Amino acid sequence: MSGNSEHRKYKNSFLNWIEFRLPIISYFEKEYGDYPMPKNCNYFWSFGALATITLVVMIVSGIFLAMNYTPHTDMAFDSVERIMRDVNYGWLLRYIHSNGAAFFFIVVYIHILRGMYYGSYKYPRELNWILGVFIYLLMMASAFMGYVLPWGQMSYWGATVITNLFSAIPFIGEGLKIWLLGDYTVGNATLNRFFALHYVLPFVILGVVGLHVAAVHVHGSNNPAGIDIKSKNDTVRFFPYMVMKDALAVCVFGVIISAVIFFGPNLMAEVDNYIPADPLVTPAHIVPNWYLAPFYAILRAIPDKLGGVLLMFGSIAILFVLPWLDRSKVRSCNFRPIYKWFVMLFFVNFFILGYVGMLPAEGLYLLIARIGLVYYFGFFLIITPFIHRIETPKSLPLGISDVYLGGGKEALNPNAQKEII
Amino acid sequence: MAENPNNKRRDFLQLSTISIGALGTAAFIWPFLSSMNPAEDTLALGTTEVDISSIEEGQSITVKWRGKPVFIRKRTKEEIEEAKEVNFTDLIDPEQDIDRVKKEEWLVLIGVCTHLGCVPLGQKLTDNKGEYNGWYCPCHGSHYDTSGRIRKGPAPNNLPVPPYSFLNDTTIKIG
Repeated sequence: MSGNSEHRKYKNSFLNWIEFRLPIISYFEKEYGDYPMPKNCNYFWSFGALATITLVVMIVSGIFLAMNYTPHTDMAFDSVERIMRDVNYGWLLRYIHSNGAAFFFIVVYIHILRGMYYGSYKYPRELNWILGVFIYLLMMASAFMGYVLPWGQMSYWGATVITNLFSAIPFIGEGLKIWLLGDYTVGNATLNRFFALHYVLPFVILGVVGLHVAAVHVHGSNNPAGIDIKSKNDTVRFFPYMVMKDALAVCVFGVIISAVIFFGPNLMAEVDNYIPADPLVTPAHIVPNWYLAPFYAILRAIPDKLGGVLLMFGSIAILFVLPWLDRSKVRSCNFRPIYKWFVMLFFVNFFILGYVGMLPAEGLYLLIARIGLVYYFGFFLIITPFIHRIETPKSLPLGISDVYLGGGKEALNPNAQKEII
Repeated sequence: MAENPNNKRRDFLQLSTISIGALGTAAFIWPFLSSMNPAEDTLALGTTEVDISSIEEGQSITVKWRGKPVFIRKRTKEEIEEAKEVNFTDLIDPEQDIDRVKKEEWLVLIGVCTHLGCVPLGQKLTDNKGEYNGWYCPCHGSHYDTSGRIRKGPAPNNLPVPPYSFLNDTTIKIG
């Protein structure tokens, strides 16, 4: 790092001064300016950026909400009502935060669907996928704890039901539950620690997002064809092309989320949570947030307490090993005529599970939940590992540029992708 | 290098330094974990005294003990009969009615469903008492009988009986 040439990298002398001492300017240039994106990426590739922006919005709105929130069982509910009625624009902050959480999950679910459909989790991006599942887990934990803070009936009983899941663990379960709660029931100790964790976990998520992005930048982004970048002609620079594309996606997203925040802020809220928490009265029907409901449906589909809990945690844990369950060499479902439909059915099934997870677990709903549960695990344990034996993938295009030439018909067989193991 | 006798000494020193450091750090985790357990003042709220003189036969009251609802029910003759008649060995969580009460007419239970912690219905006369005339948990559909034993549904255990004693004929001390 010697010589004056380093000093004169940029026109602006202040940038040069920074760069010489901390090469952060060139890092951002490399990762967010020159970074080559496959030129065939569609708008599904904007959802990573949308998720990052939503995370930042959640952190900012959350910090300002925390300035007016009181984490005490006697005051929490009233402090939230005060935010809604008396704090300047408090209603806006809270509706941004509560609906932002729901939209964070919508965006992340689309992002995950993108990864599953186009095989983004496959070699060499397995660790990337695992980091993503960690982010998803942290999001679920944060969302759950955040939902407890307003201290309404759903907050209280949701917390009671979820923490009781741990009591299903043999021998240590009851002690573990009391340790988690800091009391014999959900109480002030619980509310306090949930607030502390709800405040800090999003920053942990931010850190893992940093790793997630750094990891994808090592081998470059996947693309709808699922084939590797072969030359510079296959790519466009991140700036301005992708930045502009993502900016348009953010605008459209902003219109949609604003419509909900301003015209239907309680569309995704449960009315029972506007009743203060009462430890002596359980609501007739405990409903989780829709974005966690698929797992709640799995929990209730099993008539055995420990079995339900194990399957519920298993349904999340199985996501971690998806890169090793899928034995097909072809990444993108565009070239997988059979698996493609199973992936789409997986997502339809996931939302059906979510739907029945919000309804009483009886009769037809219970039956649907059980069928959905069987498909959920069947997809991961039977379809994904074995489908490639009966599936003949379409021939892959030679390179990304060939996608635009109508190529691919007479191009190579999938074994051309030798580096996919 | 491998023959150098100093290397063995170095390996030992390195290993023991790392081990002691790791042990020390690990030991410091304990106070942090322990701080999350119920505090002394939480543990101190251990007992509640309840006046039961005003409860009529067939009535129940709900009192709070350690933040949880406790059901105190003065059972009717029929309810006691129902609870005794059952062949207890066939139950999900086999327990005799006689082992769950101190005085036959007084049933004292922790009113928290053993499935996922909801409060079962059945305390009010108008409540749904389930198929076994005891309590019914609306969350996931567990049915309890007139002795608070689980009879149907996902709950694994009977409603637990808290530690209690009769101070005199009209007062119960719970805890």
